[in-house]
Amino acid sequence: MFDNLSDKLDNALHVLKGHGQITEVNVAETLKEVRRALVDADVNYKIAKDFTNVVKEKALGQDVLSALKPGQLMVKLVKDELTQLMGGEAAGINLSGDPSVILMSGLQGSGKTTFSGKLASFLKNKKTKKPLLVACDVYRPAAINQLHVVGEQVGVEVFSDEGNQDPVAISKAAIAHAKQNGHNVVIIDTAGRLAVDEAMMTEISNIHAAIEPQETLFVVDSMTGQDAVNTAKAFNDRLDFDGVILTKLDGDTRGGAAISIKSVVNKPIKFIGTGEKMDAIDVFYPSRMADRILGM
Amino acid sequence: AGKSKVDDEVLDDLEDVLVSSDVGVATTIKIINRIEDRVARDKYLGTEELNKILREEISGLLSETNSGEATDFVVPNKKPYVMMVVGVNGVGKTTTIGKLANQFKNRGLKVVLGAADTFRAAAIDQLQVWADRTDVPIIRQEMGSDPASVAFDTVQKAVQMDADVVLIDTAGRLHNKVNLMKELSKVKRVMQKVIPDAPHEVLLVLDGSTGQNAFEQAKQFTAATEVTSLAVTKLDGTAKGGVVIGISDQFQIPVKYIGVGERVEDLQVFNKIEFVDSFFK
Ligand SMILES: Nc1nc2c(ncn2[C@@H]2O[C@H](COP(=O)(O)OP(=O)(O)OP(=O)(O)O)[C@@H](O)[C@H]2O)c(=O)[nH]1
Ligand SMILES: Nc1nc2c(ncn2[C@@H]2O[C@H](COP(=O)(O)OP(=O)(O)OP(=O)(O)O)[C@@H](O)[C@H]2O)c(=O)[nH]1
Ligand SMILES: [K+]
Ligand SMILES: [Mg+2]
Ligand SMILES: [Mg+2]
Repeated sequence: MFDNLSDKLDNALHVLKGHGQITEVNVAETLKEVRRALVDADVNYKIAKDFTNVVKEKALGQDVLSALKPGQLMVKLVKDELTQLMGGEAAGINLSGDPSVILMSGLQGSGKTTFSGKLASFLKNKKTKKPLLVACDVYRPAAINQLHVVGEQVGVEVFSDEGNQDPVAISKAAIAHAKQNGHNVVIIDTAGRLAVDEAMMTEISNIHAAIEPQETLFVVDSMTGQDAVNTAKAFNDRLDFDGVILTKLDGDTRGGAAISIKSVVNKPIKFIGTGEKMDAIDVFYPSRMADRILGM
Repeated sequence: AGKSKVDDEVLDDLEDVLVSSDVGVATTIKIINRIEDRVARDKYLGTEELNKILREEISGLLSETNSGEATDFVVPNKKPYVMMVVGVNGVGKTTTIGKLANQFKNRGLKVVLGAADTFRAAAIDQLQVWADRTDVPIIRQEMGSDPASVAFDTVQKAVQMDADVVLIDTAGRLHNKVNLMKELSKVKRVMQKVIPDAPHEVLLVLDGSTGQNAFEQAKQFTAATEVTSLAVTKLDGTAKGGVVIGISDQFQIPVKYIGVGERVEDLQVFNKIEFVDSFFK
């Protein structure tokens, strides 16, 4: 996508140069192409617009049009800006609690249960922690079983209370269990929920208030489109979450939602999911993500 | 001149609505062009007429192959009618099967489920819960067994049981994984050893909150399994699912069902007009 865009911009900008019409309007015109490419990559259209306005200012400041390959320079500007937007201070995971409590949140099917297992495995093997997985999805058919299977795969104990319909009570009991049994990390898997589901959003707010987690993570499918902003904002308004997990990046989605979410909540993207297996977890690299969104 | 200014504004607003509903830039431009042509032709258009045209043009793209023409949960007269359900991870395949089983059963049809997701943690248990909930039989093997063998078994037993409808659940898989897509083609193929024209329907489930990647999903699943119908799930949230307009148009696959919740009754037959209207709410 962006290889073509780079050529397109080169051409457009060369033509402009030839005509000596180096104006703000011309740059804006070519940035329309950039905006379109971003929207095609699922960046929210309003955010894409703001973003290209920022790039426009930079482009004019750097006198893009006098460059030998103005298209390439423009693409570099766009890429650097994207990388910066998604980056910021390095985002580790807060393990200062005793135990450290990590709460998962997100829409249905985004990958919370799978990621809970991956994170447990990562903390166990890479950080020599002793995690406890907690089954607080009391709704989805076989959700508790699913977490037990995942726990078994990674060799981490799973706390569940089949029949108990109260996730607040389950999570509190799990933390007590963790303290008694020397678990220094507690990972709480929750049911998927829509941001517009008031009862379910209240439920997770209640869990959050009751257990005061060190880390609340928002798990989001990297294939998400324009709605990513609404969801991220709604979850953040309720939970003031600490970080974002971007799943299913082993697919071929451009993943523009990453920019939208970062722009709207300004929380770091901490990890990515890159497969269904338990070792398919990686830290987030803003520059790689920028390349991906731009199709480079 | 005053008139055309209003029209421009309306079209700009429309563009925003479409793009923010995940319709995508190319399809949005296509729709806007179609409407501009109509406006140019039928000069004096009030806003109300414009709104009507707009809905007509958008729903026109929803595949001439009768997207949303069905008004009920019916299956053609094939016995058993075999439906295979496919899609990427977590879109709602298993849940949609549970809901469909309920609908068909309520219409007096004998339904059998096939648990051919033998990979994902507790996938079989999940389908079993839906089978219990809807009180329909399920054909299952061990976790980790060959999904094609489960599908074969299911179809064979369904014939013996004199079933009317067979719903085959498959593991979620990303469409860019060549081996997994090959496996899916094989799952499809083995059923033909029992019933030569099975599966009669391949339902691709798309998550309503997915953006432009859904195009690639439709493309690759069609290549591997010749998708014949679409379901769009999770439309009970704020996502609009607009990407299916372009998909339906490009691949000429009708949208049949929409998922609007997690309960057994939360499945509806797709309605073009309501779908398009939801963009403007
Ligand atoms: N390819 C791929 N699949 C993933 C990834 N993460 C999760 N999945 C799959 O996505 C599907 C949904 O994952 P779950 O972990 O069940 O999602 P969830 O958010 O817990 O779902 P609910 O509890 O129903 O809300 C499963 O098929 C997982 O195997 C990933 O990074 N890559
Ligand atoms: N709100 C809402 N949730 C849905 C809908 N359809 C499915 N879900 C939820 O989405 C999640 C994933 O659904 P599944 O049926 O497990 O999806 P799947 O495609 O079978 O997933 P894999 O087998 O892991 O690929 C579950 O939490 C479902 O309850 C829907 O229409 N609306
Ligand atoms: K909706
Ligand atoms: Mg889950
Ligand atoms: Mg499933």
